[in-house]
Amino acid sequence: MKNHIRLSLYIFLTPVLLWLLLLIVIPHIELLIMSLKGTDDLGDPVWTLANYRHFFTEQIYWYTFVRTAVYAMLTTVLTFVVTFPVAFYITKVVSVRLSGFLTIVLLMPFWVSELVRVYGWMILLRESGVINHLLISSGLMNTPIEMLYNDISMMMGLVYTSMLFMAVPLISSLEGMDDSIIEAAHDLGASPPTIFCKIIIPYAAPGITSGSIVVFMLALGNYLTPTLMGGKNSLWFTEQIYNEFIASFNWNQGAAFGFLLLALSSIIIWAGLKLTRQELGRALS
Amino acid sequence: MNTPVLQIQNLRKTFADFTAVDTLNFQVEEGSFFSILGPSGCGKTTLLRMIAGFLEPSSGTLLIRGKDMTTTPPNRRPVNLVFQNLALFPMMNVHENIAFGLRRQGLAGREIGQKVEAMLERVHLSGFGKKNISQLSGGQKQRVAIARSLVLEPSLLLLDEPLGALDLKLREQMKIELKKLQEEVGTTFMYITHDQSEALVMSDQVAVMNKGTFEQIDTPRNLYSNPATSFVAGFVGETNILPVQVASRRPLQVATSFGLQLHATAGIDLNDSDSLALYIRPESIILEPSDSMKHINRFLLTVQNILFDGSNTKLLATIAESDHEFTVALPQNQQFAHIAKGDHIQAGVHPESCRCFVR
Amino acid sequence: MKKLLFAATLAFFAMVTAAHSSETLKLLTWKGYAPQQLVEKFEQETGIKVELTYSNNEEMIAKLRATRGAGFDLAQPSQDRISSVQAQYKLYQPLDYSKINSEQLITSMLEAVKKNTKVEGASYAVPFCYGTSGLIVNTKLAPEAKDYTALLDKAYTGRISYRLKRPTLIALAFAGGDDPFAKYDDPKAYKELMDGVGAKMIEAKPYVKNYWSNGDALLEMVRSGEVTVAMGWDNGGWKLHAENSDIDFIAPKSGALGWIDTFAIPAKAKNVEAAYKWINFILKPENAAVFTNAEKYATASKGAAAHLDAEVRDNINRSFTEADIDNIKWYPPVSAKIEQIEGKILDTVKAAQ
Repeated sequence: MKNHIRLSLYIFLTPVLLWLLLLIVIPHIELLIMSLKGTDDLGDPVWTLANYRHFFTEQIYWYTFVRTAVYAMLTTVLTFVVTFPVAFYITKVVSVRLSGFLTIVLLMPFWVSELVRVYGWMILLRESGVINHLLISSGLMNTPIEMLYNDISMMMGLVYTSMLFMAVPLISSLEGMDDSIIEAAHDLGASPPTIFCKIIIPYAAPGITSGSIVVFMLALGNYLTPTLMGGKNSLWFTEQIYNEFIASFNWNQGAAFGFLLLALSSIIIWAGLKLTRQELGRALS
Repeated sequence: MNTPVLQIQNLRKTFADFTAVDTLNFQVEEGSFFSILGPSGCGKTTLLRMIAGFLEPSSGTLLIRGKDMTTTPPNRRPVNLVFQNLALFPMMNVHENIAFGLRRQGLAGREIGQKVEAMLERVHLSGFGKKNISQLSGGQKQRVAIARSLVLEPSLLLLDEPLGALDLKLREQMKIELKKLQEEVGTTFMYITHDQSEALVMSDQVAVMNKGTFEQIDTPRNLYSNPATSFVAGFVGETNILPVQVASRRPLQVATSFGLQLHATAGIDLNDSDSLALYIRPESIILEPSDSMKHINRFLLTVQNILFDGSNTKLLATIAESDHEFTVALPQNQQFAHIAKGDHIQAGVHPESCRCFVR
Repeated sequence: MKKLLFAATLAFFAMVTAAHSSETLKLLTWKGYAPQQLVEKFEQETGIKVELTYSNNEEMIAKLRATRGAGFDLAQPSQDRISSVQAQYKLYQPLDYSKINSEQLITSMLEAVKKNTKVEGASYAVPFCYGTSGLIVNTKLAPEAKDYTALLDKAYTGRISYRLKRPTLIALAFAGGDDPFAKYDDPKAYKELMDGVGAKMIEAKPYVKNYWSNGDALLEMVRSGEVTVAMGWDNGGWKLHAENSDIDFIAPKSGALGWIDTFAIPAKAKNVEAAYKWINFILKPENAAVFTNAEKYATASKGAAAHLDAEVRDNINRSFTEADIDNIKWYPPVSAKIEQIEGKILDTVKAAQ
């Protein structure tokens, strides 16, 4: 009997393990090996840490990484600031039927690809775009201004593309919150700002944490939005990885960058969890 | 004479075309246990939420310790509410829950610690401070919720059916505990319930509420024995109701549709109506009354069923060969152990126990 | 319902078996290089189905490198991007030139491509089409833009766009009076030269509107007047000229950059015969002309000129004088080392504030 259970356990577990091994572990091992290889002065392949060393010695690489990380964090914070009132409104203010409808409206833009959404924004914001046209034809402006190709438009694009991934965990964690605990806090002497800081935020903390992790990772790993909407200064770290692989044919360097991105972003998330005293397991459950 | 803790004057609350609370006037005395008893939908929760400050009255004033608080927000009222579902903060432990209100008052950490410890002791939860809410039993959660409000030493503690979620045994136990607690701390309690037993057991004063108004405010004993309206008579305690016609006034005599004549007492002024409802409590029926008893109404009961429930055992019988069912409380002194299904028994009831109200 | 299901199942199996029985040609190419009209014609003539994958030089190499030359039957890299890649990664197989109908081809071009793609005694490519990179200019708004230096000109602030890719570096090096191609064999000198170009680009960065990455998006920006001076491909400029005669392709004074896109067969191609069939098919004069009329690129097909639209023939005459044509700088084969030098400079330019 016991053997039966064990056998079925193995049968169920095998696809999962295979999936992990084939799609995640093996490619990463290959990338790791690649990142540790290089060529010596004679052009022969050798084992080396030079690819990793490059990241720290060449100012431009870590500068790009720091820039990318800071902007990804900023994206996370802004996404939270923008999404939270929406999530709160949907779960706590409107009726249940309307909230379902609003959730779908919120999700709707994500049924089309990111590329289409980004182009949508570009049509709106460009110099000969819809917003400029409206402003000029309404007489508010005389000459069109370029609203695209700068860090602000890029941030906006990143926040927009990330909203869903913050909204869903926030909505689900706020949905579980009983309205009466807000009233109870109010009754016990808490003012509305205190209720927000001491009750709502701590209650939604697991949702905020998981949303933040996802948004941060997505922003950090985004390629399309920074490239299309960002300005001429907006070098993103993923773009650099792409350039190493595709433009410079330096796969070894690209693989090293990929691993550095993985390691450094993990460190940032770990530090973020420690600072806010959250637990990963609780946030993702 | 002290100012009452709570004074309600002409308080009214309407929602669209529905009047939830209709022009109420009453006051609650310092240190009393005041209950509002009524069926669901009678407006008692609306009233409570107005007192707590979550709802603004449509008209009227609300004074707490003589100060007008009609429009003061909940966090500025010296009134605390124990929620029906308790509404404990799940992300905080027991200590943090109880300390929450104290922190809002800006008390020093040490003082908060002392107060919380004292309060935990008072509700018999010493040493539970570090526990998470999810680790507590229903009764313990209950006590934390009460402690959380009580620690703020409110002028008035509001309780919104806090025992509703507990099982019967625990509920019985908590009733007594709550009553004791209130006597110990001396805080004025205002307790809302639809369970008449809770109201009767714990309260000094009970207001019976129906359709937005108070039918009667009185002590539990008076409420039970001298109900002012047919609603109170029917809602508080168990009762047998018979439709009757007036046979003669002064002294009042009534006749049932199956020809039984009974001497009765008028509940309140009966105006001129001839159609009345007769209310007889199950425990006021005397089985096999001795012949020496004068002035009692006598009739014959046919036993249909015996509902054994320990001290609460009842007899289900039909009265005077009719098919009207009658509940009779059966004393548990073995005197009536011989009664069996289908028996015919003589029964009687004092005219004072036969109360008539307008139908 | 059951009947419908049965029919659907039957149709499905029919399709599957059809797909299995007929040959396919997996073509890794650029957008527009295999017009629908020609694909249909080819499928009719040969019964071989054509599966298209669109790409560019860099991704083409990356894709083939990832599979070590498998997954496609025919690829279309530029001639300068073949030899070094081939020497290092062995992505392609030597071509059997006897299977190619060389009478159809412009002989000098075929010989040049053979020479440029020679690795260890074998050649790897057949020329398909060629074109140049130069300036796409709105001549009314920027009448003075005659050379690549216009891309660094303050006068066009906010109206300049170019690709942050190697052609721009090379073009600006030529505009500065240097010959970067001559320094391909001397990486040190090349780096020095390009560092200088990069510095100039950073200095002039405030004037650039954006770095374009998508050809259609660039054309849209020039069309709307948001951009007046851009570096781009000749056919793009000509396409816009057909819509608005103010916009045109201009061969820069210091020389347009000439590229030749080729056919090369990946090392592990499954259907080599079909690959040769496609090469011979599309280089037939009448077929090559269909491509040129649509995309404006000239081909290596000898007799195609006779089948061209007059407007297409005019384009070349309008943009290029005899001297301009002589001045075209054809890309020589490039080594990975050179590309790494360029990559780092381009990153620096992009990151510069």
